[in-house]
Amino acid sequence: MDRFAELLNRLSTCAERNGKLKLLSSYFREAPDPDRGLALAVLTDNLPVSFPMRRVLADLIPRRADPVLYKLSRDYVGDTAETVALIWKPEPRVRWNDLSLNAILTHFQSAKPKDMADILETALDNLDANGRFALLKFLGGALRVGVSARLAKTALAQAYGVDVGIIEEVWHALTPPYAALFTWLEGAGPKPDAGEAPFYRPVMLAHAIEDNDWQNFAPHEIAAEWKWDGIRVQIASTGTEAKLFSRQGDDISATFPEIIQAFAKTRGVLDGELLVRRDGAIQPFNQLQQRLNRKTVTAKMRAQYPAHVRLYDILYDDKTDVRALTFDARRQRLENWFTREQPAYADLSSLVPVESFEALRALWSTTRHEGIEGLMLKRRASPYLAGRPKGHWFKWKRAPLTMDCVLIYAQRGAGRRASLHSDFTFGCWKGAELVPVGKAYFGFTDAELKQLDKFIRENTVERFGPVRVVKPELVLEVAFDAVNASNRHKSGVAMRFPRIHRIRWDKPAQEADKLETLIGLIDKN
Amino acid sequence: MPPSPSWLHPNPNGLFCEPGGFYIDPARPVSRALITHGHSDHARSGHDAYLATSETVEVMKLRLGPNHNYQSTRYHETHNINGVTVRFIPAGHILGSAQILLEWQGQRIVASGDYKRSLDPTCAPFEPVACDVFITEATFALPVFCHEPADKEVARLIISIAQNPDRNHLLGVYGLGKAQRIIALLRQQGFTHTIWLHGALVELCKLYERLGVKLGDVRPVSEADAKTLKGELVLCPPSATHDRWAAKFGNAITSFASGWMRVRARARQRGAELPLIISDHADWPQLLQTIEDVEAPEIWVTHGREDALVHQLALMGRKARALALIGFEDEAE
Repeated sequence: MDRFAELLNRLSTCAERNGKLKLLSSYFREAPDPDRGLALAVLTDNLPVSFPMRRVLADLIPRRADPVLYKLSRDYVGDTAETVALIWKPEPRVRWNDLSLNAILTHFQSAKPKDMADILETALDNLDANGRFALLKFLGGALRVGVSARLAKTALAQAYGVDVGIIEEVWHALTPPYAALFTWLEGAGPKPDAGEAPFYRPVMLAHAIEDNDWQNFAPHEIAAEWKWDGIRVQIASTGTEAKLFSRQGDDISATFPEIIQAFAKTRGVLDGELLVRRDGAIQPFNQLQQRLNRKTVTAKMRAQYPAHVRLYDILYDDKTDVRALTFDARRQRLENWFTREQPAYADLSSLVPVESFEALRALWSTTRHEGIEGLMLKRRASPYLAGRPKGHWFKWKRAPLTMDCVLIYAQRGAGRRASLHSDFTFGCWKGAELVPVGKAYFGFTDAELKQLDKFIRENTVERFGPVRVVKPELVLEVAFDAVNASNRHKSGVAMRFPRIHRIRWDKPAQEADKLETLIGLIDKN
Repeated sequence: MPPSPSWLHPNPNGLFCEPGGFYIDPARPVSRALITHGHSDHARSGHDAYLATSETVEVMKLRLGPNHNYQSTRYHETHNINGVTVRFIPAGHILGSAQILLEWQGQRIVASGDYKRSLDPTCAPFEPVACDVFITEATFALPVFCHEPADKEVARLIISIAQNPDRNHLLGVYGLGKAQRIIALLRQQGFTHTIWLHGALVELCKLYERLGVKLGDVRPVSEADAKTLKGELVLCPPSATHDRWAAKFGNAITSFASGWMRVRARARQRGAELPLIISDHADWPQLLQTIEDVEAPEIWVTHGREDALVHQLALMGRKARALALIGFEDEAE
């Protein structure tokens, strides 16, 4: 348990992806079996049983803590597991010799529900503060240390110098605590049999198009599609089972049951965009956001924000790997596949004719509606390549909207930018008042960042913890892709993908834009 | 139950001893101040006369300037101030820190200032004194605050340094007390390597050395070429770990040593990648232990989480009240 507790401890204060990978991979290499497998299970959301934490703690806490002191502590700490772990004064009546994660869990596995609180009490009595925290988080099933399932698998792959794709391939054939997986990775056993179940393949990503890219292809060599403002997904199905993966390979099937149902009987691996489509119309991104990151989904959510997949590529046609084929050949396969399988909640991303680049540009610059972000350009001759290969796929985002806003708050960044103010909140005028309309973290050069930082230090009027209130003098030209109505922000609007476009050192703050102008840009669907 | 003593009470200037005509750690300028220790919210500038331990006087000379009217005392030395007997007793908080024991007309009150009961090689340990009223701080007065043994935390720092030969460690510490305690604990565990100091810590470390606390090889980091430092330990004030100054040490591991690091959310807010739970204040068990040890029937609670401690004292059958004293930074450590 000590090793796992230390891992959680370190992960909870490590903000960098690389740091997390390093912590996780050394844990996987060094921790004993089956504890490391159990840790992998909780990190990948594959814990076999759920523990009735709320009920058990309600029973247990009054036994060991004064209610007034517990409440004052809980209010201060802000997290139940941590409060219990810290307030606990161990009084072991029963000593457990084996304090491995696995040994502790074994005590719970055979227990009756009414004995759970007693067992947890003994377990907490046998552990130190970090161990108690780790156990409570483990039993709660959500560690909340900023590690996705995909990141955990990537760390595992790094630990043993294999490609994460291979881990994905065998993943579904494995069950916690993954003894066969570790035996194979350590070279002491055979590769687990991947069998039939669907799994994730790395996706192909696009580069933003640059001016000198255009000279490298002719109109007839390029296929164009609308770039939809949703999230990139992969659907893998075997005819008996379907799974939905995010671009990073996280299994998000449970969040979108209607998609799983629609694709369950199909066969293949498809690439597409997940959107919300209601009454035949694609809805703005913030409606899709209502459905993301949920473990379960209510019928009401499904009815209000119906999910839809717009398919644009095929990686496996049934069991045939078609990734080496050209875009044109795959497109033909995709169309045939769709005609054959006809899944509900799905359609094909239609091709936009490319007669000339001039005509395409005209279309690109005039289309701004219904969740379209711009155009995707794909070489007709390109195979489907994992990662972000150069020169094959290009995203051509429509020209952003821009507004002149005034910098009002700034906060220091993290990681590489730790010492500089790189997190900017800006506002627009509502009468004589500036109301915050968004936040941006990028869009400036390192040299500009230093200038901004200097401005902020010299113009701070007040501080609230890490946040500095800045004299409202600096105008930032903010670029963004769309504006949606939002009740989460005081201004009533939310910008999609805001970034600093230009710093207007020259422009007086009074000449910045008004909130009503921004409201006028809200997508009307 | 006997009535509470009224000869010592708070007023807008601070904690006032009426018959003695002096204040303890006053927040505003007064004619006579008794100072428990050198931290800036206790030892302030502008009083007409100061009485403190000789080490605390040295700290004040450095921080408040040499030209005040300072009077030094040894621990346990008896002073009579207008009929009030005054003694300074070790508090274990930082070098020179003292509880102030007051006796008048057969009643004993101990104003403990800040104190701790845990390992600190840089100062005399806390001595409990039986009294009628004990005045305690409440910085960490919640049962969730049970600090780790300081030597265990320092061992974690040494391991982290050994594991990261390519990264520097930037350790945020308060310059008076915490910095020197951590250096001394590192030395106790055989860490003989150079420890680099931010400019703000240099004079205080020199003072500790002059007062007989050995710190080993400590050097101003300004003497080094920051770009060539690798795998080194640099101590700095807490605010500096995320300042522009920190950028020159590359992708350093930021660490922070404080009792607040017990709570993960606080460590995250601090941006501390390696939080060390090392405190110069009493944690919850130490507060309760001390209240048992001094056998005082009445406890006055000052700066911090008074509500929780007053509630706990009622459960323990003690008479307790929260003293509303102004001017103390209960969040600072």
